Amino acid sequence: MSDKPKFAMYWAASCGGCEIAVLNIHEKILDVDANFDVVFWPVAMDAKYKDVEAMEDGSILLTLFNGGIRNDENAHIAKLLRRKSKLLVAFGSCANEGCIPGLANLSPVEDIVNTAFHTISTDNPNGIHPQISYKMPEGEIRIPTILPRLKTLDQVVDVDYYMPGCPPESHQIAAVIDLVVQVLQGKAELPPKGAVIGAGNSTVCDECQRKRNVKTINSFNRIFGQAIDPELCLLEQGIPCNGIATRSGCNARCPTAGAQCIGCYGPAEGVVDYGARLISGFASVINSKDPKEIDTILDGIPDPTGQFYRFNLAGSLLKAGAPAWKKNGG
Amino acid sequence: MEKIGVYVCHCGTNIAGVVNVEEVRDWTAKNLKDHGVVISRDYKFMCSSLGQELIEQDIKEQGLTRVVVAACSPHLHEATFRKACGRAGMNPYMCELVSIREQASWVHTDKVAATQKSKAILSGGVRRVEYHTALEPLKVSIHPDTMVVGGGIAGIQAALEIADAGFHVYLVEREPSIGGHMAQFDKTFPTLDCSACILTPKMVDVGSHPNITLLTWSEVTKVDGYVGNFTVTVKKKASYVNNDTCTGCGICWEKCPKKVVDNVYEAGMGIRKAIYRPFPQAVPKYPVMDVDTCIYFEKGTCKACEKFCPTEPNSINFEQKDEFLDIPVGNIILATGYDAFDPHRIPQYGYGRLPNVFTSLEFERLCNAAGPTGGNILLRDGKTAPKVVGIVHCVGSRDKNYNEGCSAICCMQSLKFAHLVHERTGAEVYNFYIDIRTPGKSYDEFYQRLLEEGTHFVRGKVAEISDAVRLPGEEGKLVIQVEDTLTGNQLRVPVDMAILSVGLEPRADAKEVAKLFGISCSANGWFTERHPKLDPVATMTDGIYIAGCVQGPKDIPASVAQGAATAARVLGKIQQKEIALEPVRASVLEEKCSGCRICNDLCPFNAILFHEDKMVSEINAALCQGCGTCVAACPAGAISGTGFSNEQVLAQIEGLLLLNISEDAVPA
Repeated sequence: MSDKPKFAMYWAASCGGCEIAVLNIHEKILDVDANFDVVFWPVAMDAKYKDVEAMEDGSILLTLFNGGIRNDENAHIAKLLRRKSKLLVAFGSCANEGCIPGLANLSPVEDIVNTAFHTISTDNPNGIHPQISYKMPEGEIRIPTILPRLKTLDQVVDVDYYMPGCPPESHQIAAVIDLVVQVLQGKAELPPKGAVIGAGNSTVCDECQRKRNVKTINSFNRIFGQAIDPELCLLEQGIPCNGIATRSGCNARCPTAGAQCIGCYGPAEGVVDYGARLISGFASVINSKDPKEIDTILDGIPDPTGQFYRFNLAGSLLKAGAPAWKKNGG
Repeated sequence: MEKIGVYVCHCGTNIAGVVNVEEVRDWTAKNLKDHGVVISRDYKFMCSSLGQELIEQDIKEQGLTRVVVAACSPHLHEATFRKACGRAGMNPYMCELVSIREQASWVHTDKVAATQKSKAILSGGVRRVEYHTALEPLKVSIHPDTMVVGGGIAGIQAALEIADAGFHVYLVEREPSIGGHMAQFDKTFPTLDCSACILTPKMVDVGSHPNITLLTWSEVTKVDGYVGNFTVTVKKKASYVNNDTCTGCGICWEKCPKKVVDNVYEAGMGIRKAIYRPFPQAVPKYPVMDVDTCIYFEKGTCKACEKFCPTEPNSINFEQKDEFLDIPVGNIILATGYDAFDPHRIPQYGYGRLPNVFTSLEFERLCNAAGPTGGNILLRDGKTAPKVVGIVHCVGSRDKNYNEGCSAICCMQSLKFAHLVHERTGAEVYNFYIDIRTPGKSYDEFYQRLLEEGTHFVRGKVAEISDAVRLPGEEGKLVIQVEDTLTGNQLRVPVDMAILSVGLEPRADAKEVAKLFGISCSANGWFTERHPKLDPVATMTDGIYIAGCVQGPKDIPASVAQGAATAARVLGKIQQKEIALEPVRASVLEEKCSGCRICNDLCPFNAILFHEDKMVSEINAALCQGCGTCVAACPAGAISGTGFSNEQVLAQIEGLLLLNISEDAVPA
């Protein structure tokens, strides 16, 4: 057993993109190996939950937890890793604010399961329906129970730091690893508990080089089917770009490439409800006072939940289990 | 930890009659102590000096850092309790007033529920006050000039009082002359003074006053700024007459070939020309051109006025354009008056269909010596004197179909008409009334006098005025069908002339005007005073005052009194020289602002500017009125409103929802 500080990473309800993003830091991953003893990382190495359970409480220095809390297994591991870790980081959008899996909070669990097993897109000729437990000759086996709604990590356990992004940008991950290494070497100090790390403090607009004027919106448009001015703010061209409300840190990748920001870095510092902020921001600059015309303009946003709450639904005030404003950044 | 003192007011029985004040007090002490409440008291009248001293004493002796008073609405006593806290050495803005009167006791009858609601409201206040910050009011200087909008008697009075006190006034009037409705009247009740005789000297004073800039034929198009520092844009409509050279000799309108029915001053009873001065005593004396009827503007030829104008250089100028003046003023008085009810809307009274049905304004013109008949009361044919006249009260007033309110002046106006008819024609007069309302000084005496003069009074609402003959003696007459509710008989009263004593309505454009000046008006359009009893001439917008019928129907003395009252208020403001503005202001946190420019075009006070170099927006604190539009719009949460921060609002919501309070304290 090495005496290096211990590192863990876990995926709950997530897609795996966060793990890829960590590996995508290229040779920096060697720093992780050089400075840490990786004790638990299901995607990268074999490990058993019972091994983690056997560890001393607080013995893992740093745990990057990605994924939302969708079932009782996720919740169990979240609580387990909380207990075992000194620093628990909500890593990536799912753990921070629910992300795409959180959109399932619009439907009851029953509907979700039925959609997965019994709709036309599923080849299920025998009508198999999952059961929580099953008695076999060898004994009873169980699969995790789906919780009524997906929760963010900090709706289940206490979280030390928040690292947003879907996934977090590799250069930000590298910077955070650097920081932790420096802290270990006594060259830097940790930010205050509850801070957002690996991201900026303002919005995507701050990093976006597009030209901006006083805004008015006459219609909402898609990025295809019209000529996009490569220099001008997308929102001014009617492209519903979420950059105005989204935390900076990604170097405005999407808007720079000509695609609207969809908000994966979550709310800006101090914003309690991302979707509500964005809605009031958009609504404020709609250039009409005629209710019918406004309705027509708003028809340009066919999927408001997807537009305003794609990443944030589980963490929003709408679906917050605890008052979200106290734990901003979640 | 903050030390919060909570004070629950009984307001006599106003609150305590419905809300169990002691229960609220004890509940707060018990359940909100974790949120900083160290003292919870109740008192009969918190606003009394003893109540205020209670707070002051606790601040000094207990070292309170925050105060929450559960009493009436902040409109009424927020300032009272802030001052009390200030006297005890606390920053006044550390005090929060929550309303358990307007929002609980006055609007509920269920005592248990009202008490629970009061707890929730109070809990919201306690949670909110924790996030209050010490604020200092902003001082701005007050521009000493005043704008009076509307040149009727109320506006004239206000303008003269301020000008006489030595301060400059801009008096804006939409019509070509000041004078308003009063200039159209013949006599005033109950003294029967000649209206023109008492009004015109004041009009002349206005016209010649060195401190008054008279802007007739002008309208306000835009109002920017705030108390002490308004900028009002006035559109001076082109009159096509150069007032610098015009002498008001009258040759132009004498020679003008175009006759136009005068629907404004003469109430349709007389004619004027396309270029006209509404009446001989008009102030100013200069005529204006009505481009809608002028032959030159219609056909491109005529210019008779120009040809005959004797002045050198010629005073007629067809090239004149509308002028827009930006006028800085410190205070604004609105005295835009009323519209008379249009009785076309009551078809059964036959106005417009039956020639000898007159409106009250038409009758005023008939009586007036300068009017179309030279003061002779004649039927529409202009020859016949009526032998029997019926006067119908409450036309368009006290009627759910039109205006529910009483127009305040119609009874006295109708009595005046009855007297004038009687005096000038000897005709028999019937007054049809619902109730006689004569509350003013010497008003009821006037009514008694009318009774002695032999006027017939019929108590009943007129059903119909018709020329259909049903009984002998009705041929060639107007028949007034009415139930005499004192005898229970249906009457058919044949008359030669019917006068409809029409009610007073808000100006047709009252709502737009209210919006322009940023004040509120009632659903029908009367402008809303700051307090119906104690502050009848101020509005909820600082620096904007209302006088006369714009606030509601009233007679001349009341209008004059209000005009003078607004002047006193404005003079008081001017004398202060500077004014403390509420420190509730929005500000941009520069490091959070990304310069997305969402807010840039939203500010109704133009307080937001954008720094192109730094790519951030900034709010001018002196211009900001704390409306919160930009705070709500800022998608980055970079704009915050003092007194209404996210923390404050969300904590208050949590408090209202009784979150983070032990479960057994939360009512089922």
